[in-house]
Amino acid sequence: MDAILLQILNGLDKGSAYALIALGLTLIFGTLGVVNFAHGALFMIGAFCAVTFSKMLSFSHVVIDETQKDFLGNPLKVDVPYLYDWFGQATGDAIIDWAVPLSIIFTIPVMIAIGFIMERGLIKHFYKRPHADQILVTFGLAIVLQEVIKYFYGANPIPTPAPAAFAGSFDFGALLGFDPNTIIYPYWRLVYFAFAAVIIGAVFAFLQFTTFGMVVRAGMADRETVGLLGINIDKRFTIMFGIAAAVAGLAGVMYAPINSPNYHMGMDFLVLSFVVVVVGGMGSLPGAVLAGFLLGVLESFASMAVVLEFIPGINQIIIYLVAIIILLTRPRGLMGRAGVMED
Amino acid sequence: MSFNNPTRRGLLKTGAAASAALTLPTYLRADGHSGFTNAPQGSTVTLGFNVPQSGPYADEGADELRAYELAVEHLNGGGDGGLMNTFSSKALKGNGILGKKVEYVTGDTQTKSDAARASAKSMIEKDGAVMITGGSSSGVAVAVQALCQEAGVIFMAGLTHSNDTTGKDKRANGFRHFFNSYMSGAALAPVLANAYGTDRKAYHLTADYNWGYTTEEAVRSSTEAMGWETVNAVKTPLTQTDFSAYIAPVLQSGADTLVLNHYGGNMVNSLTNAVQFGLRDKQVNGKDFQIVVPLYSRLMAKGAGANVKGIFGSTNWHWSLTDEGSKAFVKSFGEKYGFPPSQAAHTCYVQALLYADAVERAGSFNPCAVVEALEGFEFDGMGNGKTLYRAEDHQCFKDVLVVKGKENPTSEFDLLEIVEITPVEQVTYAPDHPQFAGGSLGTCNPGA
Repeated sequence: MDAILLQILNGLDKGSAYALIALGLTLIFGTLGVVNFAHGALFMIGAFCAVTFSKMLSFSHVVIDETQKDFLGNPLKVDVPYLYDWFGQATGDAIIDWAVPLSIIFTIPVMIAIGFIMERGLIKHFYKRPHADQILVTFGLAIVLQEVIKYFYGANPIPTPAPAAFAGSFDFGALLGFDPNTIIYPYWRLVYFAFAAVIIGAVFAFLQFTTFGMVVRAGMADRETVGLLGINIDKRFTIMFGIAAAVAGLAGVMYAPINSPNYHMGMDFLVLSFVVVVVGGMGSLPGAVLAGFLLGVLESFASMAVVLEFIPGINQIIIYLVAIIILLTRPRGLMGRAGVMED
Repeated sequence: MSFNNPTRRGLLKTGAAASAALTLPTYLRADGHSGFTNAPQGSTVTLGFNVPQSGPYADEGADELRAYELAVEHLNGGGDGGLMNTFSSKALKGNGILGKKVEYVTGDTQTKSDAARASAKSMIEKDGAVMITGGSSSGVAVAVQALCQEAGVIFMAGLTHSNDTTGKDKRANGFRHFFNSYMSGAALAPVLANAYGTDRKAYHLTADYNWGYTTEEAVRSSTEAMGWETVNAVKTPLTQTDFSAYIAPVLQSGADTLVLNHYGGNMVNSLTNAVQFGLRDKQVNGKDFQIVVPLYSRLMAKGAGANVKGIFGSTNWHWSLTDEGSKAFVKSFGEKYGFPPSQAAHTCYVQALLYADAVERAGSFNPCAVVEALEGFEFDGMGNGKTLYRAEDHQCFKDVLVVKGKENPTSEFDLLEIVEITPVEQVTYAPDHPQFAGGSLGTCNPGA
């Protein structure tokens, strides 16, 4: 029982990341009709926003410390962040420690701008082209973005820790009456789950309760009629692309402390997120979120040692297996509308 | 027939023979009488550096390439000579190899066996490389080693730690300077027993490929011999990025030690996840929970940041060593590039020099002559103390470093501290040891 609870918890944070990326993918597909293979790259760029912001906060000048030696035996050059000079070491350290949550403020405008440039600069030229062309161009773009990041940041993962206040893990086991240490869960992953829930709620609220959201939903249902009513739907869809990029970016920022960001982390999530979208139903926002959490939890279950003993290798194929079953029994996905992608 | 008395028939015969000779492939022609693949012509010799230039190990590959460029500079008489000054063999004179200027070509292994074989093949067939060296993965090393054996060129392995490279997949044309999984286990076990006691329950997470298996086997058998119990060993997919699903059940199993048989990105992520889960703050079986990383790499440890603090592992070489060889290498590398070399850079640099030295001593680039010169070769002054290239399996035997993540690093390079230099006798094994069983060197292949 405790092992099952543990894996459900485990699946939730992975599911949160899948759900956030799949939500953005579905937003773009639902509004613009584009299958965006560069979406994983946006997630990766989000994580690198956290890296960049941390680096900006710890921007330093060199002070030579005569008492210590470097590896060549010369006096050691110590980097002293400018924040130390301005606020003193204690406050400076506290600000640097909170770099990841603070970088959210930096990430949102950056990601919206990137989304905007991507849509206006490249993707809009492919609206009338077949899906295969869209997939090729966005996949190509993903590789380009990935190589650009590698050029500037190198191929190795870059540690981007969460604030010290969130170090360690919470003992759910003790809370629920199990033995201590049986169900532990890192604080930061709880934060990630809560954060994902807030973002998902905010996107839904935005679409459901604002006039802008209403127009966008109307446009998703029938683009032509909305256009005939004299509404510039293209402009709104471009803004939605920016929002989708920001959602992927925020998913990436908060994920940075969970796994040190590297240039190909986007690709690791991209394929899975597509499966999530397909399982959830192309164009269905609640479907994307539901499937994200469902597949996250299933993946965690499949990685249990007990399960692996019975079916070795199931952890590597479970998601695709579920996708095959869903596509065979319910081709439109869990919550997909009839008619989408069927013409 | 004589030239004084030419006949029509004689002229025809001579003409036919001459034209037949001209149509022969290059390597069978009289001027290629060397009898081996890519015999250097003219005043230069070409070496092939096959390193990961793209993909997840690209940073390690870049450091290997820096080391090779430094080695070429030193071999051709440039720079401060580096390890040539401390190397016990004095055959190298700084005038290239056998008087021929050293040139090089590079290939990108991408850390994929097929890509690595393709780039090695191209360097051998198109660029005329007489020796291939480099790499950052055992899968690649085994694949390229087999290719070099078929092609008749020497392979000087780069960073490859699996037992199989000089175990069941060993080849006569291949040589490894880097240490291996068995040596890591043998060096680590006593240090672990000393630090954590002999009554420990270990839980292994193992990368699901060749290197992972041999490392798990080596660490298990050496720690079990010290009295540890292995409660579980779980294989994790090589492509895994989030290890939470594998780490969460560790505490439930009753284990008090986690062994991460992971390298590269796997190691960075699994260690980061384990620390996030607060494993190291827990008490199990009345003992502090501990984590062990059998193979450390400073370049990779950097990705895990502060999470490596206090965690034991082993390494082939570290820049903080104070012997003359290590100091000389750190100085030439550090002055040229501005930061200390990695263990990958060290092993690659040493391999390039060892090859050049073997050619000088043999007086020939013929792979069979080089094999003979390297087999059983004993040397010193290369940063690892007295070292033997064992004839039976072409594995170097030397001291192994047990290291620990440093508590208070003074710079981004200062991540590991040396805990113990395990003497070579303790990590030496018989050539027919079960962990290395199967396969045979075969005979050297000079190619054409």
